Order: sequence, then structure tokens, then C-alpha cells
Amino acid sequence: MKARVFVTLKPSVFDPQGSTIAEALHSLGYASITDVRQGKYFELDLGVATAADAERLAAEVAGKVLANPIIESFRIELPDAAAEPSLSGAQR
Amino acid sequence: MTFAVVVFPGSNCDHDAYHAVKHVLGHEARFVWHKETSLDGVDVVILPGGFSHGDYLRTGAIARFSPVMKSVAAFAAAGGPVLGICNGFQILLECGLLPGAMLRNRDVTFHCEFLTVRVERTDTPFTSGARVGQVLRIPIAHGEGNYFAPPETLAELEAGGRVVFRYADAEGRITESANPNGSLNNIAGICSERRNVVGLMPHPERACEIAVGSSDGLVLLESVVHTLASRGSMQAVAR
Repeated sequence: MKARVFVTLKPSVFDPQGSTIAEALHSLGYASITDVRQGKYFELDLGVATAADAERLAAEVAGKVLANPIIESFRIELPDAAAEPSLSGAQR
Repeated sequence: MTFAVVVFPGSNCDHDAYHAVKHVLGHEARFVWHKETSLDGVDVVILPGGFSHGDYLRTGAIARFSPVMKSVAAFAAAGGPVLGICNGFQILLECGLLPGAMLRNRDVTFHCEFLTVRVERTDTPFTSGARVGQVLRIPIAHGEGNYFAPPETLAELEAGGRVVFRYADAEGRITESANPNGSLNNIAGICSERRNVVGLMPHPERACEIAVGSSDGLVLLESVVHTLASRGSMQAVAR
């Protein structure tokens, strides 16, 4: 079972890289874009069979390693469990 | 006195720290590879600067899981003095020995320059020989030194007198223009609750000799030698 993990800075945390990208976009003429937040994306091949196990394992490693809970939050998607929408896209 | 200088893959200030301890301070220095677990006979641990594990994921995020870090945590828990410099500070934050986290510098620029920091506290083993308000001229070299902590953690640090160094101008004034990276409250270095673990972004080990531009950083190393020596003599008296 695979999982996609999206790690983003918490809304309260300043994102210098996102701001720089937004400025670059403005200088290119994309005046309507008001904000950019940069994050990280991970694809995990979890080696477990059920969506519940995948969700639990992905959340565990995301909380422990992939994200720093002081500044970041994460979101997990389970593409293989698309038939079980209740388990995919859980926000933390 | 024996200093352990922990070497991670990608450490690049390990030799600076070794040189400062061994050849300038005149004490024993020992490299400890990150896969080793023994800190036997070690009096002080230095986590040096660099780019451990290529700064992959986040600065210090992978180094935190190196085998040696369990021993460093145990050493710190036993009251042993631990100094994290630059990437070493970032590792201490990631492993939770110190609170907070590092963000990219607010101008998204790597800063490599001499600047000045003000000593805020002298009740840590690494600042016992300094004066409160003393201004040290030491270099920084980092892209992610923008210290962040949630408001409640920041309040706790300030209330507990755990901010050890702040970016200041040459006269010791804490100003916005003296802040190179956007760190909250101009924080350049902090200590643990028990005060024996100190982390800072500037590089005191690179400022221990006039020949390299400043010897102001030496006070950190001299302080810990003095602190441990006086602890030793107090223990001798107690016996």
C-alpha cells in the first residue's frame, strides 16, 4: 500500500521561501497571486496490506521524521484506498 | 580535560573545533564518529557545524537518529556540558534537547560574516567566564538560523533566563538591523532548563585566535574548563 504525505509549514509560521517565490511571480506579472506557501511531498511504499495499517504507519513516520511538529503539519493521502474515501485525505 | 567532537557525515567544522580545543585551549580533543556510542572519559561534548547528512529533509533531522545521539542525550541527562554550534544547534533542536526550530533566514540568503552577539547569561558552563552584556565578535555561516519557537515556548525561555546570546550591534544594543536572519527576539543561542546544554548559531570555535580575526569565541571553551575544574575541586572538598 502506498501513501502520499504532504508537509507544510503551519499557517502561523513565516515561509521565507514561499514569500520569495510570490515576489518572483509578481515580478513576472502574475499580480493576482496573493500568496505562495512552499512544502514537501513524499511518496511512501509502506509494505502493508490494509488502508488502516497504511494510515497508521504513514502518520507515525510523518509525525516522527518527515515533519517537525513545532513548525510543520502534514496531510496523508492513500491513493490505493480511493474506494474508502473516509480514510484518504485525513488532515492533521 | 577531554572534549569529544562528534563527526557526522557532512560535518565541516569538526576540525575547527578540534583545533580550537587542542591547539589553542591546550586540552584533549577526540573525534567521535556518529556511529560510535561510547563517550567514556569525555568531559565535554561538542556538536560541530556543517551540513550533517547534506541537510536532507531538514537541518539536523537525520543526524538526530545517529547512534551517538543516544549517548549524547544520556551525557546531557547526567549533567554533562554539551555545546551545539550552528548545525550542532540545529541537531539539538531536532532531537529535543533544546526547544524550538530553525526556519530559512528571512532573506533566503546564506550569511557568512563576522557579527556581534551579546552575552545574556553567565550561569551556563559555557559562559561562566564571560560578563553579562559582553559583546563577542564571532562569525556566522548559515542559511537556516532563523530561530522560531511557539509563543508559549518563547515566553518560557525568556522567563527562565534561557536566552544565552542575542544578536546585537557592536555597542551591545539589540536592534533589528543587528539580526542577520530574522530570529525571534534576536536569539542567537539558548540553553536547556538545567543550563548544561547550550546551542548557538555563531561559530565561537572559528574565533579563537587573533590570526583569524577574533579571539572572542575562546571564552566559551575557557568557561567550560573553568566550570568543570571548580566542580572537581568542590567535589574534592566534599570528599
